[in-house]
Amino acid sequence: MIVFLVRRIAAGLVLVLVIATTTFALMGLTGSDPVRQIVGQTATQQQVTAKSAELGLDQPFVVRYGHWLADAVHGNLGSSWFSGESVTTSLENKLPVTLSIVLAALLLSAVLSTVLGVAAAVRRGALDQVVQLLAVLGFAVPSFLVALVFAVVIGVDLGWLPATGYVPLADSAGGWLKSITLPALSLSVGAIAATAQQVRGSMVDVLRADYVRTLRSRGISERSLLFRHALRNAAPAALTVLALQFIGLVGGAVVVEKVFGLNGIGSEATSAGSQGDTPVVMGVVVVMVALVVVVNILMDLAYGWLNPKVRVG
Amino acid sequence: MTLPQSEETAVTAAVAAHGRAGLLRRLLRSPVAVTCLVLLALISLASLFAPLLTSQDPAHTSLTESLAPMSGKHPLGGDGVGRDVLARLLYGGRTSLLGALLAVAVALVIGVPAGLVAGYYRKWFDAVSSWLANLLMAVPAIIVLLVVMSSVGQNTYIAMAVFGVLMSPGVFRLIRASVISVREELYVDAARVSGLADPRIIRRHILPVVQAPTIIQAAQMLGLGIVIQSGLEFLGLGSATQASWGSMLNDAFANIYNKPELMVWPGAALAVTVAAFGLLGNALRDALDGTATRGRKPRSGTPRKPVVVKHSVPPEATDALLALEGLTVSYPTAEGEKTVVDGVSLTVRRGEVLGLVGESGSGKSQTAFAVLGLLPPEASVSTRQLVFDGTELGNLGRAEMNRYRGRRIAYVPQEPMSNLDPSFRIGAQLVEPVRRHLKLSAAEAKAKTLALLERVGIADPERVFDAYPHQISGGMAQRVLIAGAVSCEPDLLIADEPTTALDVTVQAEVLDLIRSLQRERNMGVILVTHDFGVVADICDRVTVMQTGTVVESAPVRELFAGPRHPYTRMLLASTLEDAEPRSPLSRIVPASVAGATKVAGVTDTAVPTNSAHQEGPA
Repeated sequence: MIVFLVRRIAAGLVLVLVIATTTFALMGLTGSDPVRQIVGQTATQQQVTAKSAELGLDQPFVVRYGHWLADAVHGNLGSSWFSGESVTTSLENKLPVTLSIVLAALLLSAVLSTVLGVAAAVRRGALDQVVQLLAVLGFAVPSFLVALVFAVVIGVDLGWLPATGYVPLADSAGGWLKSITLPALSLSVGAIAATAQQVRGSMVDVLRADYVRTLRSRGISERSLLFRHALRNAAPAALTVLALQFIGLVGGAVVVEKVFGLNGIGSEATSAGSQGDTPVVMGVVVVMVALVVVVNILMDLAYGWLNPKVRVG
Repeated sequence: MTLPQSEETAVTAAVAAHGRAGLLRRLLRSPVAVTCLVLLALISLASLFAPLLTSQDPAHTSLTESLAPMSGKHPLGGDGVGRDVLARLLYGGRTSLLGALLAVAVALVIGVPAGLVAGYYRKWFDAVSSWLANLLMAVPAIIVLLVVMSSVGQNTYIAMAVFGVLMSPGVFRLIRASVISVREELYVDAARVSGLADPRIIRRHILPVVQAPTIIQAAQMLGLGIVIQSGLEFLGLGSATQASWGSMLNDAFANIYNKPELMVWPGAALAVTVAAFGLLGNALRDALDGTATRGRKPRSGTPRKPVVVKHSVPPEATDALLALEGLTVSYPTAEGEKTVVDGVSLTVRRGEVLGLVGESGSGKSQTAFAVLGLLPPEASVSTRQLVFDGTELGNLGRAEMNRYRGRRIAYVPQEPMSNLDPSFRIGAQLVEPVRRHLKLSAAEAKAKTLALLERVGIADPERVFDAYPHQISGGMAQRVLIAGAVSCEPDLLIADEPTTALDVTVQAEVLDLIRSLQRERNMGVILVTHDFGVVADICDRVTVMQTGTVVESAPVRELFAGPRHPYTRMLLASTLEDAEPRSPLSRIVPASVAGATKVAGVTDTAVPTNSAHQEGPA
């Protein structure tokens, strides 16, 4: 168990490091001249050189990367080239927004896909067809389009829930919940679709298994059969899909945050990315990949808990 | 934004694809697939011939025509900066489709060869490329694309090429898994042994198998490519001069309070295109599955009705523990209803062991399941009567039936390992029904279960109680299942070939156990078997079944002394010759038996029927 955990964490750290290095190389070795953008088109060559030196851009790439990495390991992600704000502080402010919608979307996906998938597998017939169709459509329609429709119809036309803005949890729990409902819902549509498909498929397989027939032959209640035994056996496969979907949720947050005017890591990524603000981009990438890694390790632990063969072996 | 296809289904599809004849024809028979193909063709043609369909320039801005209403000049109106919406919609289709095609092409060019090499040669290349693939799959694609766009410039096509790289692990894993699965097939082995060069084996034997799943995945990836691309453009990242559906949505979003209907056209185009790709992928998979199942479907034939021979008068229904009369079970197949049990009647008295004998496919297991109410939901079942201890079971609902199942009628399955829930400890599985039926406390139920495990001959009950099914042997698992069956002191035990899957030495022990439990508790037993040796050992009476009907029913001694039906004589003879009864018989019995064998396993063709359903897993 401990060995497994240590190996997973090590693999996660390697992933973060590889992605960070690649991103740094992409940002540093190619493309436009960020200094020119920072100081403006009218600045003199002298000003450009001065700024370059200030940001350390006159040093070789490897040296710059070494500095960044050494600082990052100590929790210092540098400051934005444009605003001068500390990247760590700015991420600390924005992370709760993104975490709120992404984790809420994950929770929604887990719950709704289970309900839909189990219902489709057990009832079959028309309900099954509807769920399958919804699954295809939910997978196909991009989350930002869903977000746009939700924002316009539920947010603006009906006015049921706020179409823009974020209320911190500390300010008002109700307000927080209202502000993240539409973003989380639109973000989760694709993940619900894909996971519900998997839950349905696994449940259909499990319900056909010999041991389910044998359990049924012992007269245990249908509820226990479905939710204690069948779902438990169908869960690992669904969990694998959900873990993959989570990666998509993190990416989707970038677009959904824009639609709902949320000032989270996603919108930070968009603006910093288009400006070429390397320290901010690096910070965002590291945090997002780390988030994926952490959630995946948690899912692996849950998988091991659900599947005794993995746990013992 | 990850492909929903699991490797397992991909591999099944890959293997299934091997016998794929007329896939295209099947596809064209599906109305969904045809609709999708027509829609996609229309969208492609409209984008291709955009210059013919509109004279407007999609990039031409005009402040006076900002948010212009629909008119002759602008059939769909103007956008926020006065560009023609129709022109942008048509030209935008080009960007989306070409971009998605580029991404898919890149993904295939990287993923297919890498997957073939990794799957075929394994070794270090497999290790390295699998590691890289897992790494790439863990990265949120849009973040990478943001970084790429900000460093190499706002070019949609470069972004889509990079996205192709990010999608390639999906292709790689699919191809790799498919190759590994066919690589082990005998014909590939044979080709290798006969000295065929690797490239030829790959071209001749492996490529045809991976082709179909790759096409399915390509359809889904095309949809995904369009989604990601429009997402980037919606964020304002993409060539400013190029019309695209995503940038139209960006413009619509900017004018969301002034003219929200601007969202409708690009939104609909996007949704329809992506959904069409998704549904097409699904239809392709269904068509493949269809070609795969077609081969497995049983051939229909008119089963010859054997003559029923009876020795003695049937026992009075009054002293019977179970009286089953006129049981018929059928399953829907592509060729209509297929009857697997036809008018079967049998009786079991208290304390009597009835042997239900026949070859595989004779319907004996189906008969056993019918008594327990455990047939799959797609089975249609009818009986003249199914009376257990004075109660007609045929009319009972699920909850009422559950008071009989396990409590008064119990079941011992054939295959011990697949009949224990792999996720629960053995103790938990045995305690649950005991607590439910006998209303015992947790401690009492545990004590009873431990005593029972000891009774069925398990040396270390405490350890087995806490073990998971994969930690015990098959023989032990069968003892556990017998313990589970008798735990609530049932009156009738139905054992479906309880020794077939066990080692010969264990078989005798398990039979002895069933026999001693039966005597100790004076249970009625239905022992389903194909083995007359077993029948001679422990049965009082025998009912012989052939192709779904009872052909002979007699006390054991009488039947062994003078079998009257030719089929019984044959079964007996083959047992005496110590031969597997199946092979010599197939020459003599009607060919329909072979078909009936398959029908017992058709549970995967889940076609609902309207006829009276057996209460089952619905």
